[in-house]
Amino acid sequence: MNEKPWMMSAPALTLFGVLLLVPLCMTFFLSFNSFGFYTGIENTVSMENYVEVVSDSYFWEIFGRTFAIALATTFFCALLGVPQAYILYRLSPAWRSIVVLIVIGPLLISVVVRTLGWAILLGNNGVINSALQNWGLIERPIKMMYTSGGIVLALTHVFLPFMVLAVWAALQRKDPAVEAAAESLGARPFTIFRRIVLPQVIPGILSGSLIVFSMAASSFATPAILGGRRVKVVATTVYDEFLNTLNWPLGAAIAMLLLASVMVIMLAWNRLVERRYGEALE
Amino acid sequence: MAFLEAHGLTKTYGETNAVDNLTFTVEKGSFVSLLGPSGCGKTTTLQMIAGFEDPTMGKIKLAGRDLSAIPARDRGLGIVFQSYALFMHMTVAENVAFGLEMRNVDKAERKRRVADALELVHLGHLANRYPRAMSGGQRQRVALARALVIEPELLLLDEPLSNLDAKLREEMQLELRRIQREAGVTTLMVTHDQSEALAMSDRVLVMEKGRLQQEDSPFEVYERPRTSFVSTFLGKSNNFEAELKSVTPTASQLLIAGRGLTGPSVNLKPGTVEVAVRPERIEIVDAADAVITGTVRERIFLGAQWMMNVATPLGDMLVIRRNAGRREAEIGDTVHLSWAPEHMRILPLNEVAA
Ligand SMILES: Nc1ncnc2c1ncn2[C@@H]1O[C@H](COP(=O)(O)OP(=O)(O)O)[C@@H](O)[C@H]1O
Ligand SMILES: [Mg+2]
Repeated sequence: MNEKPWMMSAPALTLFGVLLLVPLCMTFFLSFNSFGFYTGIENTVSMENYVEVVSDSYFWEIFGRTFAIALATTFFCALLGVPQAYILYRLSPAWRSIVVLIVIGPLLISVVVRTLGWAILLGNNGVINSALQNWGLIERPIKMMYTSGGIVLALTHVFLPFMVLAVWAALQRKDPAVEAAAESLGARPFTIFRRIVLPQVIPGILSGSLIVFSMAASSFATPAILGGRRVKVVATTVYDEFLNTLNWPLGAAIAMLLLASVMVIMLAWNRLVERRYGEALE
Repeated sequence: MAFLEAHGLTKTYGETNAVDNLTFTVEKGSFVSLLGPSGCGKTTTLQMIAGFEDPTMGKIKLAGRDLSAIPARDRGLGIVFQSYALFMHMTVAENVAFGLEMRNVDKAERKRRVADALELVHLGHLANRYPRAMSGGQRQRVALARALVIEPELLLLDEPLSNLDAKLREEMQLELRRIQREAGVTTLMVTHDQSEALAMSDRVLVMEKGRLQQEDSPFEVYERPRTSFVSTFLGKSNNFEAELKSVTPTASQLLIAGRGLTGPSVNLKPGTVEVAVRPERIEIVDAADAVITGTVRERIFLGAQWMMNVATPLGDMLVIRRNAGRREAEIGDTVHLSWAPEHMRILPLNEVAA
């Protein structure tokens, strides 16, 4: 074995260790401490924070909502991202580079800025409601801010590029002649897409879903701005525990539970993908 | 009447003509090869016939009907792609059945025809396998069965054997011809491999830089190349310049390296020409009968034959001699070379030839 690659990646690994693992471990240990309203954080070791979260239906609701939002976001990203990636794949090279820029461009803009954009659009006096009212299509504004639906909408917009890129990568791995082969056998464009292209990019859709789901489940800025205190998700709850209630150990326990559940879902998903498609497609 | 006709077929990409004014015909039931070096426009030609590329100019007719307004999916041609383009998520039987499904063939008949097609390519026992679990040769047969099951009027093959190793390639040459004969399907094959084209085809179309150089039977293109390119691309050839003095209907007078020689008659005007002689037609003779004298530079023993490189005033000449069980000239020996007049091919001078 050559040792060079290890040595060359050592700085990155160190950075990774310091910046990710250390805070993660600290959070992990913190979650076993206890908190008293007058005493602050006490350096004890117990499972009480975990017991509190698991036994309280309030937290169950928040976890349920978080995963429902993440699932819906994943679904809509797949629904929009797959056709978008296919169109991208079929474009001529000159057009493709322009459209890739349009697809990836949003990633260059802060999530906060993009979410604030959605807030402007979705508010009761926002662009969409004003327009609909002006045209006389609705009488009273439709409530979109501070709803799960609004969060899903914005998250879909935020994470769509990841799905597009994952599916696009899968499209590029497939033999470009298969579509021509199907066409020569008499298939129409939609049939080619459904019967030939789609089944071959399913691994790409699944890996894109994995990325989108885990990012949506742990997203903070978008639910914080569009959901506020009224539609809480796990990440915003953790934030509140840390900064408002100042119950850091409880916040740490919620954060660890989120991390653990996302990881369990990811691993289960990954196993499913590998078992189903690992061998089916090279 | 010709079954497939191409008239002035041209495809331009930007400035360059990938295919340049190509006119040819393919007879019903025959096996025709489109032969040429990589990048000469073979695939582009095939794509235009298949309907995946629109010709910039020219017409393609199949059984008398103009194909230009017919989309690829309605042309009903069988196509085998260089990469095979199998549907990796479908079994062999599903791959083969796909074209029949698209034609709404009912289930019972579909099953029968898929079985027949797989039988034809000797893959009946692997119907339920996935392509990924098959060898290159087997994938090739699946691609062939998938193209043939729709009973195409015309079968198009793009470098069908180029992804196979040498031994399998020879086997598949024979196999492909058998399948083509049994299916009785008119076939146009694209290849850059001259021995493949010679071995398999009824007729060979030699292309260079988008242009048709010659269309003939394999024997004729090898024996009577009409251009310098064809003479060197098919088999080995010694090409050199000569002076054409005069031509009569039965013979021609040539001046080669200062010696007058009689050659076969040719349809060329007197002037500088190119003469091609196959290495296996050159003999080593006594000094008195020599056309040219040279020194052996290299000598390779190939078992059944000797291959020699002889430096002569005409340039390096390749000489191939059958191993007759005698000792041959050694490196450094002076040898006298000669050839029969009828083995000379007199060609128009090719300026670009080295
Ligand atoms: N889509 C295309 N755009 C631009 N040039 C092309 C395209 N397809 C082929 N060519 C050019 O046309 C020429 C012929 O290509 P091709 O038909 O693939 O050759 P062959 O199959 O004989 O190797 C090549 O020089 C190639 O670069
Ligand atoms: Mg080609």
